[in-house]
Amino acid sequence: MGIAWRRARLLERRSQTATARTLVLTAPDWPGHLPGQHVDVRLTADDGYQAVRSYSLAAPADGDRIELGVQAVDGGEVSPYLTDGLPVGAEVEVRGPLGNWFVWRAEQTEPALLVAGGSGVVPLTAMVRAHRAARSRGPLHLLYSVRSPEDVWYRDHLADGDPLLDVRIMYTRQAPPGSVRPPGRITTADLDEATARLKPASPVYVCGPTGFVEAVDNLLIDRGRDPVTIRTERFG
Amino acid sequence: MTSFSPGFQGRGRRLTDRLPPGQYPTESFPVLSAGPTPRVPTETWSFTVTTELGATHSWTWDEMMALPQQETTHDIHCVTRWSKFDTQWRGVPLDAFLEDVETAADYAVVSSYGGYTTNLPLEDLLDGKAWIVHTYDGYPLSPEHGGPARLLVPHLYFWKSAKWVRGLTLTHEDEPGFWESAGYHNYGDPWREQRNWGD
Ligand SMILES: Cc1cc2nc3c(=O)[nH]c(=O)nc-3n(C[C@H](O)[C@H](O)[C@H](O)COP(=O)(O)OP(=O)(O)OC[C@H]3O[C@@H](n4cnc5c(N)ncnc54)[C@H](O)[C@@H]3O)c2cc1C
Repeated sequence: MGIAWRRARLLERRSQTATARTLVLTAPDWPGHLPGQHVDVRLTADDGYQAVRSYSLAAPADGDRIELGVQAVDGGEVSPYLTDGLPVGAEVEVRGPLGNWFVWRAEQTEPALLVAGGSGVVPLTAMVRAHRAARSRGPLHLLYSVRSPEDVWYRDHLADGDPLLDVRIMYTRQAPPGSVRPPGRITTADLDEATARLKPASPVYVCGPTGFVEAVDNLLIDRGRDPVTIRTERFG
Repeated sequence: MTSFSPGFQGRGRRLTDRLPPGQYPTESFPVLSAGPTPRVPTETWSFTVTTELGATHSWTWDEMMALPQQETTHDIHCVTRWSKFDTQWRGVPLDAFLEDVETAADYAVVSSYGGYTTNLPLEDLLDGKAWIVHTYDGYPLSPEHGGPARLLVPHLYFWKSAKWVRGLTLTHEDEPGFWESAGYHNYGDPWREQRNWGD
């Protein structure tokens, strides 16, 4: 038997950036999930051909509703269909929740650092939203690396008044006018400020493209962070 | 006709005889790891086989490199659904490490630098089915892909091919490893789509 495929209907699609979309789906009898988990999404063509890719859940459990955040990849088989092809009201199949390691639990009360590169912000946003909903006492710090101001997802979720959430956006190519930090990739200085507020055993969650995750991990370990505190999710 | 994903065309319908169910072919080499890439210098690397009675057999890097080497080409299948065809490796078959080891064990737990573990039946490691590899596509295996050396068990999902391998413990009982304890299937045959618990 295993984890079953279930139908999921697209309820709503919203733009996050020019090429990234939020997809809200309803999956009857969804069993719930933890922030950080993902689903497999399966598409079926008229001749029966199927393609499957993994997508992180962008919101904490909410009955039958699940939310994905998908970046259209140039020439990609699945992601452009999800961002622009799948009609509202139509169905795909999903399987999950999957991944029991890259998860944040509301019981966690120690400070945690979240580090996102590009679409890697999706599962970390589920953690941010769950943190707020649980009124968790442990502060969260989110470092979010994007190319330019137009590439920032989830402005509404990241900018509200949760006193225990600290969000820092780092622009790699072009920063908004008046920014103190010059555009560039994440540096030791960016991480030092954030890790100074952690305890030695506090968890660090790093998510994004493999190159980004490798670079961040290396900076953290160079600064003496214990590798066992670092959890990673690589998007390819 | 299907009731799902109207208008979806898809791309690859080739090579289906080589593609296990639910997989797609890729030219790139994605990375699945639970945590950071450990740093493992070959000067201090060693590979240790520990029997169920606690006897140990160890090889340094130079000793491992002095064993007979094989070139071997395989299709590999990651549980995150990519498959990569004709990957080329160089390394030492597990048989070479195990031939002088006295054991009545049925299972092995593979352990890695960085703390990762994975379990499999011992017979899946023998008879030319598994290798310790150090070279990929003609170049030293890069750290994010498991360098300096990883296990290669191409007939199982690729999480069984432990990166940064450092040892093998032989056991009478099957002991679930890292991903096997976190929801992944205990055996992981891609042709039977054994991805998660209960599959
Ligand atoms: C655990 C996990 C969670 C993830 N979560 C998210 C998420 O929340 N949001 C998100 O956007 N992504 C996420 N991803 C990534 C996602 O699963 C897909 O990899 C991504 O959407 C690309 O899929 P695709 O089918 O569009 O592209 P693919 O078809 O897989 O192609 C990827 C790239 O390879 C090139 N390519 C592939 N095949 C060919 C070919 N035959 N010829 C030429 N070029 C080719 C494409 O041009 C493209 O650049 C996640 C991945 C994992 C493993």
